[in-house]
Amino acid sequence: MAETKLQVSNLNKIFSGKTKKDPDVTALRDISLSIGEAEFVVMVGPSGCGKSTLLNIIGGLETATSGSVTIEGREVTGPGADRGMVFQGYSLFPWLTVRKNVEFGLKMQGVDAGTRAKAAQEYLRLVGLEGFENALPNQLSGGMKQRVAIARTLAARPEVLLMDEPFGALDAQTRVVMQELLARVSRETKNTILFITHDIDEAILLANRIYVMSRRPGTVRAVLEVKIEGERNHNILINPEFLKLKKKIMDMLWQESQDAAMDR
Amino acid sequence: MTEESKREKVRISRRHMAYRTMSVISFCAILALWCIATYGGMVNKIFMPSPTQVIQTTVEMARDGSLWMNCWMSVKRVMVGWFWSAVVALPMGMVMARSKAFSAIIQPIIEFARYLPVVALVPLTILYLGIDETQKYVIIWLGTFFQLVLMVCDTVSSVDKNMINAARTLGASRWQVYKEVIFPASLPGLMDDFRLTIGWAWTYLVVAEMVAASNGLGYIILKSQRFLATDVIFSGLITIGIIGLITDFTVKLLTSVIVPWHERLGD
Repeated sequence: MAETKLQVSNLNKIFSGKTKKDPDVTALRDISLSIGEAEFVVMVGPSGCGKSTLLNIIGGLETATSGSVTIEGREVTGPGADRGMVFQGYSLFPWLTVRKNVEFGLKMQGVDAGTRAKAAQEYLRLVGLEGFENALPNQLSGGMKQRVAIARTLAARPEVLLMDEPFGALDAQTRVVMQELLARVSRETKNTILFITHDIDEAILLANRIYVMSRRPGTVRAVLEVKIEGERNHNILINPEFLKLKKKIMDMLWQESQDAAMDR
Repeated sequence: MTEESKREKVRISRRHMAYRTMSVISFCAILALWCIATYGGMVNKIFMPSPTQVIQTTVEMARDGSLWMNCWMSVKRVMVGWFWSAVVALPMGMVMARSKAFSAIIQPIIEFARYLPVVALVPLTILYLGIDETQKYVIIWLGTFFQLVLMVCDTVSSVDKNMINAARTLGASRWQVYKEVIFPASLPGLMDDFRLTIGWAWTYLVVAEMVAASNGLGYIILKSQRFLATDVIFSGLITIGIIGLITDFTVKLLTSVIVPWHERLGD
């Protein structure tokens, strides 16, 4: 594996009950993972398994109860531009044009206007949005909004890209287009990416490595390497290697849901 | 422009037309009732003057300049009193929305003060400040400030958390988050808060002018009661209403200039 970029060690997250009567809820238990330079890692797990919480902790938006998160050896203590996040709800700034949205991170970092404009142009080209520089977010479709959000995050030059079910709100066709776009972009930019989803197809299509999570309390149930040759696009959805892996993950998640049903 | 969006535009402009027509009709209905009641001789002229009388009186007051002078005094008092309440409420509400500690210190005081009827504070303001202009500003300030702080706080609190999180993971400092995200994101809501509180400021203006003033629209309304000059009262009331409509329209226009990106539902 390449040089370690992101390291999560023995991470636990317990939400304590609001009153003394409410029980504490363990959301994440003993999570450890490490992601190498330019790796595309996908975490797949049932909803409510704490994967968004994990991503928020890595992003510095929430704090862990115990354990540590390091980026290139530096301990994470709060949010920062070294960990760019892309959310399901786009979170674009509706008062800024597409170009200004993409420039936002660089502006916050004090980069001059000329360099910012050039970077915005470059990343908008990368996500296929040339010609929309002066549009406002409200004038764009969901897929286009998410392209802007991806360009905005990439333009801030993060060490690691954290993506929280970014295509969850899109229709099926747009989702495939966006998955192919992201696969291409990640190959071109050589970004290190941690991506969260509950869509198994999406996980295999995008990942070099997949972490399968258990239901709550979230633990890492299995780590699977994805070794499918050739370009990552919708064609691999019928690749035998793909189907074998999909069956394996489905079985694991099915087992999880069975166990969950037994608990009730 | 596509055929579909053209049709949508037509639909929207038709809806606007319908809206305006209905507004005009409701206004005319009230006017008609007033005409019937007065010209039809159904009410005593002393209690309800006819539209002709009110128009005559208003024209007279406009000619001798007293209408403009009183309008100006009232508008000035509203603007100054409201301006200072906005200037203090805006930063205070913004900090309150984002800082638990500050909120804990300030909120109970404001909630308490908000329930004090401004009318009950008039005697104190006169004792402390006399009856000059400052006292009028303070009455309007007291009437609008405590409400406005809470409204600002509410508006700022409702800014999408994800937008703030996005900004922070893009490297924005706390101050930058305020300046570049929270403030612009709150602007549409803040403009609404401003529009509402300016309206309330007029209520408190009349309170201030009815107690200790020698000019202003509230003052001439009160003075006219003593002389049974209902035509002047009506003229004063209608003038306040018209100024209110103009203010509302101006703030709405200003809003569409300041926050053109903001689309209201139902508009």
